[in-house]
Amino acid sequence: MHWTEYLNPLMQGAWLTVQLTLYSTILGAVLAFAAGIGKTSHNRIVKAIAVTYIEVFRGTSLLVQLFWLYFALPILGQTVGLDLRLPPVVAGVLALALNIGAYGAEVVRGAIQAVSKDQYEAAKALNFTRRQTLWSVALPQAIPEMMPSFGNLAVQNLKDTALVSLISLGDLAFRAEQLRNFTQDSTTIYTMVLFMYFGMALVVTALMKTLERYVGRWRSARG
Amino acid sequence: MLFGIEWDTSSDLAFAISILPILLRGMIVTIQATFLGFFVALVLGLIFAALKAAPLKIISWPAGVLTEFIRDTPLLIQLFFLYYVLPEYGLVLPAFLTGALALGLQYSAYTAEVYRAGIEAIAKGQHEAARALNFTSLRTFTHVVLPQAVPRIIPAMGNYLVSIMKDVPVLSVVTVLEMLNVAQIVGDRTFNYLIPLSMVGGLYMIMTLVASGGVRWLDQTLPKRGLSLK
Repeated sequence: MHWTEYLNPLMQGAWLTVQLTLYSTILGAVLAFAAGIGKTSHNRIVKAIAVTYIEVFRGTSLLVQLFWLYFALPILGQTVGLDLRLPPVVAGVLALALNIGAYGAEVVRGAIQAVSKDQYEAAKALNFTRRQTLWSVALPQAIPEMMPSFGNLAVQNLKDTALVSLISLGDLAFRAEQLRNFTQDSTTIYTMVLFMYFGMALVVTALMKTLERYVGRWRSARG
Repeated sequence: MLFGIEWDTSSDLAFAISILPILLRGMIVTIQATFLGFFVALVLGLIFAALKAAPLKIISWPAGVLTEFIRDTPLLIQLFFLYYVLPEYGLVLPAFLTGALALGLQYSAYTAEVYRAGIEAIAKGQHEAARALNFTSLRTFTHVVLPQAVPRIIPAMGNYLVSIMKDVPVLSVVTVLEMLNVAQIVGDRTFNYLIPLSMVGGLYMIMTLVASGGVRWLDQTLPKRGLSLK
């Protein structure tokens, strides 16, 4: 087979990889903000939940989490009488988002705590509630600081999507393995796939840089 | 039965206890792969860092592009690439070694950055002072740069050691019998995935807590202002 004939099946896989990356990055960002803000909370229960979530998902391997959600969770559901069988797409997006969200949470927490003390004191002097302080004072300054790390995490997440091929989702890595089984032409196929992932990573990096410039305006607005 | 150890399915607790030694066998392989991969990453990373710092653009530019390429592509694909492509060129390695090589290759792109940052963090004044004292550049590197760079580099490297440990399960795809693979096999044969996979999660938590505790200890113990040469 000529290498151009590999393009079509590989592009189909790449499209699923793009979708998985998009969904899990968005869900992961939501989780990162929830857990990151939760960890700075004064409410002990909220803080304990956030800390436990972050520690468990940062402390174990992504592949273990993925397999646990896909293979072990249904059995746990059975014993409590619930149907917790997840379709591979849901298990994949969930595992990726939970994992990247835990790493992102530490970035969010770090950036919020790096906002200078004076800002919090000024907000207090102006009689801001804690919620107002968070949304109107801390976050607009903290979010631009998070962006470089978020950019790295987004690329990390794109790379991690390759693991969902192991629960038989037809992403780029899965299509590559299928083609290899069929044609035995490993060198061509895997070289193409490496360059396709590299290309996608460059696009993700460029998009995150654009987003970084956009939210960077929030920082200067406080003037 | 796996590794000659029988499991006891009479109750969940008995099952968990009986498969623990089997999982620990897998854990030994996980730890071996972690350290071998880490070693490869340290050596390759140093080479990449040196090439990227080369004064000749014709050397430093390709080295920079190559490390960026390695950093931006998934470990799984790099592993498949090494596993299937190297034998076509006559280099047949056992799965374990291919896996450790892939881990080392992926993380060399990260360790190269750690070396670079650690060395560049040394203030310019230090170089000027060494020159004023008539140190040769080799002596400046071994007696001024390294003693200050090493305490900065070691904790960052430790964090990558923990990351490598968490990536070892990927090697299960090329039949390496690390902890997750062992748990999957137990699950396949007993139709009970919940207990082995949950145990792997728990054992991973313990390993990462111990490892990151060690890294934090190193970070606090190493002298911030540089190692003493006396």
